[in-house]
Amino acid sequence: MKVTLKVWRQKDKNDEGRFVDYAADEVSPDMSFLEMLDVVNVGLVKKGEIPIAFDHDCREGICGSCGMMINGRAHGPGRGIATCQLHMRSFQDGDEIVVEPWRAQAFPVIKDLMVDRTALDRIMQAGGYTSAKTGGVPDGNAILVPKPAADEAFDAAACIGCGACVAICPNSSAMLFVAAKVSQLSILPQGQAEREARVENMIAQMDEELFGGCSNTYACEAECPKGISVRHIGRLNHELLRAKL
Amino acid sequence: MALESKIPEGPLEQKWSKHKFKMKLVNPANRRKHTIIVVGTGLAGASVAASLGELGYHVLAFSYHESPRRAHSIAAQGGINAPKNYSNDGDSVYRLFYDTIKGGDYRAREANVYRLAEVSGCIIDQCVAQGVPFARDYAGYLDNRSFGGAQVARTFYARGQTGQQLLLGAYSALMRQTHAGSVKFFDRREMLDLVVIKGQARGIIARNLLNGKLESYTADAVVLATGGYGNVYYLSTNAKASNATAAWRAHKRGAFFGNPCYTQIHPTCIPVSGDHQSKLTLMSESLRNDGRIWVPKQKGDKRKPKDIPENERDYYLERLYPSFGNLVPRDVASRRAKDMCDEGFGVGASGLAVYLDFASAIQRLGKDIIEQRYGNLFDMYKQITAENPYEAPMRIYPAVHYTMGGLWVDYNLMSTIPGLFVLGEANFSDHGANRLGASALMQGLADGYFIAPYTISDYIASNKFEAVSADAPEFKEAENSITAVINKLLSVNGDKTVDEFHREFGKIMWDYVGMGRTKEGLKKALTVIPKIREEFWKHVKITGNAHDLNTELEKAQRVADFMELGELIAMDALQREESCGAHFREEYQTADGEALRNDKKFSYVAAWEYKGAKQKQVLHKESLKFEYAKPSQRSYK
Ligand SMILES: Cc1cc2nc3c(=O)[nH]c(=O)nc-3n(C[C@H](O)[C@H](O)[C@H](O)COP(=O)(O)OP(=O)(O)OC[C@H]3O[C@@H](n4cnc5c(N)ncnc54)[C@H](O)[C@@H]3O)c2cc1C
Ligand code: SF4
Ligand code: FES
Repeated sequence: MKVTLKVWRQKDKNDEGRFVDYAADEVSPDMSFLEMLDVVNVGLVKKGEIPIAFDHDCREGICGSCGMMINGRAHGPGRGIATCQLHMRSFQDGDEIVVEPWRAQAFPVIKDLMVDRTALDRIMQAGGYTSAKTGGVPDGNAILVPKPAADEAFDAAACIGCGACVAICPNSSAMLFVAAKVSQLSILPQGQAEREARVENMIAQMDEELFGGCSNTYACEAECPKGISVRHIGRLNHELLRAKL
Repeated sequence: MALESKIPEGPLEQKWSKHKFKMKLVNPANRRKHTIIVVGTGLAGASVAASLGELGYHVLAFSYHESPRRAHSIAAQGGINAPKNYSNDGDSVYRLFYDTIKGGDYRAREANVYRLAEVSGCIIDQCVAQGVPFARDYAGYLDNRSFGGAQVARTFYARGQTGQQLLLGAYSALMRQTHAGSVKFFDRREMLDLVVIKGQARGIIARNLLNGKLESYTADAVVLATGGYGNVYYLSTNAKASNATAAWRAHKRGAFFGNPCYTQIHPTCIPVSGDHQSKLTLMSESLRNDGRIWVPKQKGDKRKPKDIPENERDYYLERLYPSFGNLVPRDVASRRAKDMCDEGFGVGASGLAVYLDFASAIQRLGKDIIEQRYGNLFDMYKQITAENPYEAPMRIYPAVHYTMGGLWVDYNLMSTIPGLFVLGEANFSDHGANRLGASALMQGLADGYFIAPYTISDYIASNKFEAVSADAPEFKEAENSITAVINKLLSVNGDKTVDEFHREFGKIMWDYVGMGRTKEGLKKALTVIPKIREEFWKHVKITGNAHDLNTELEKAQRVADFMELGELIAMDALQREESCGAHFREEYQTADGEALRNDKKFSYVAAWEYKGAKQKQVLHKESLKFEYAKPSQRSYK
């Protein structure tokens, strides 16, 4: 099959950036979207041009590196998948596909489709942990966790930190990302000691990083590759209130 | 130079405690004065950086990723072992030790493996305290499952995402130390050389991938936790960026390379679908618990699997190994699949696949149970192949997965360069010739949380450190040599891309230095590899320059190193005239086609010393002694 790509090209963070059209003529439906870009890039290099830069690594939907807006959707069409899990069979012969980087004030573009998501690490630094010292901990089975709590904590912990929730949010809020971590640790007994400080510090850092606030559009949940539920945002709000009281 | 493994004296079970007692300590007030560089922040690197930071050292951590959470460790699925004996099925430190030595086909050090088993229980405790959501039973206790190569249930898991959850735990500990100011994390930095001054590792040169600048960092000790080198083969289950450059460059600076030929092939991966294929996806080993592996009895049978009647199917593992059946170890399952395809029985468009069939399990247990057990794997398979494994059998084929080989280290995890420590998949230490499932995560975290923090302190306390500056001639020399390589790569301006070369090179490695190796094949590889390397330096095409983010240039340097390492793998495989674990030499097999070890001649670790670009590497041998786990022939009949 053949497709036409409209790809955002931007040399570096100071460049204005623009869309450039590319024809991908030998696309197999079995290719992943990133493999299709690989093929386009081989063509570009052979012509002496600079290949399209994009982040990727595991190519199985777990490392959170990949991420682009494809036809206006974070990680493209399909639910519950990251960009690397998208296959060309989701498109039709002759399609035009628009590919852009995540756009958010807190995620400056580095080059082409690559953005700087280190703001998410700084939110984690503000409190996304339990302060367990290496070695100074009790036996694993000394801390009982009811299975439903363990399962709910796992659902939240599945977040891959890709930033799709931010990219699709009209306010560029990182609320779902923050909520996932706050929720995981507030459910588990291990997270209780630092419960109040954690939520306050993480939210403060989120604000400092210029992410917007949450206005409950729930676009994040719809585009999240791991299906992180907005009920975790509910829990975050509850935690915040609890911390303030 | 003689290899000193520094294995402590005394009975096996007391070696580590006695050694810990003998090791010197650094006064807490003095730790801050010592800078330690940690390269790599996967499981091994993040855990050691966080632990050293917590002890009070000044830690500089580096990764080519934007965040530690992106490391390849994130992709591990199945689980992590620990002999907690929570299942009350007779597990013990000794049993885990024994299983690991045997699984490694008697090619690992007893003392190291025993220590690994000994500290592994603490890892589970540590991770639980960090909030890792391990699977629990209804009473709220930790749940266990069983895994290949063991008869007890000792594997802890977090759904099919154990690596992710463990890495996020280590990452959160690292973020905590970053916040506290004891660790500084440098993202998107690729270490390109190790700097050795007066015989000690004293720093690194890293390239800032955003702007191409070379940056020099000094330290009193350097830790490499840079992962494995499976991507030598181009197609593997490793993440795309996983590479050997840090280890290889350290090797060129004097660190011996241990057992490079021990590369593990995983039997159940999704087969290649075409020339565009960029990597391979693993389907967890646990599928073999319920799936039956078969091929048609007739060569080249192109009928749909459901149209092939039972009596025209060959369930070859069940036929060849009546007692273990589909559950034979990884190496055996992989080799038999390859044999079947080589003989023309393979299925699918390429003929390079066998069926893994769940029809009888679904009939016996119902679709719901199978979905509960393997739902996420079935979805993943469907996502990639557009085929529904509930209705048609999966097609699977073996793929390169893990490298047991790596930089040689002594009992303290220190390489042959004083002050250079190597952790995780990057070292050669604990898995011998074959790694058992769920033991890589265990090793990375054992090294990082519970071994290296002590042994590095001992090194710091036992040595003197003259002040060094990043302007020292050794730093300048290293910087200049990196610049020369980069300039040379950029000036070739040939007609073939880095990926094209890598793919071609990987094919040679897979064909001649892959699953079944022969003297002839290896010799052939050793004549072809230098040629393709020469081609590479004459015809590679890289666009862009050295002062911008340039992904092609990054890849080119990694591939150049793979092409050198690949040659060493072939040399190592050639000298090891026996079959053991994952290293299978066709000439050395039992009448049943199993690996035939030669303990008399090859019960040693091969440690290779680099002697310069024009000279042959020199082989050193560290002989292995088995005082507790006596070598025997594996049998799975
Ligand atoms: C698909 C898959 C499933 C697996 N499942 C399991 C399992 O169930 N159980 C199990 O025990 N094991 C499993 N393994 C194996 C296990 O995941 C790895 O062996 C282990 O995670 C390696 O950890 P590491 O810390 O040594 O290296 P990695 O996680 O590979 O980390 C390497 C780090 O080094 C950095 N780095 C590398 N080179 C440089 C450089 N030059 N400069 C700067 N930084 C550098 C990287 O950025 C990264 O941070 C699996 C492996 C795969 C591929
Ligand atoms: S919450 Fe979902 S979309 Fe947001 S970072 Fe996590 S995985 Fe990505
Ligand atoms: S490349 Fe890892 S999630 Fe897509």
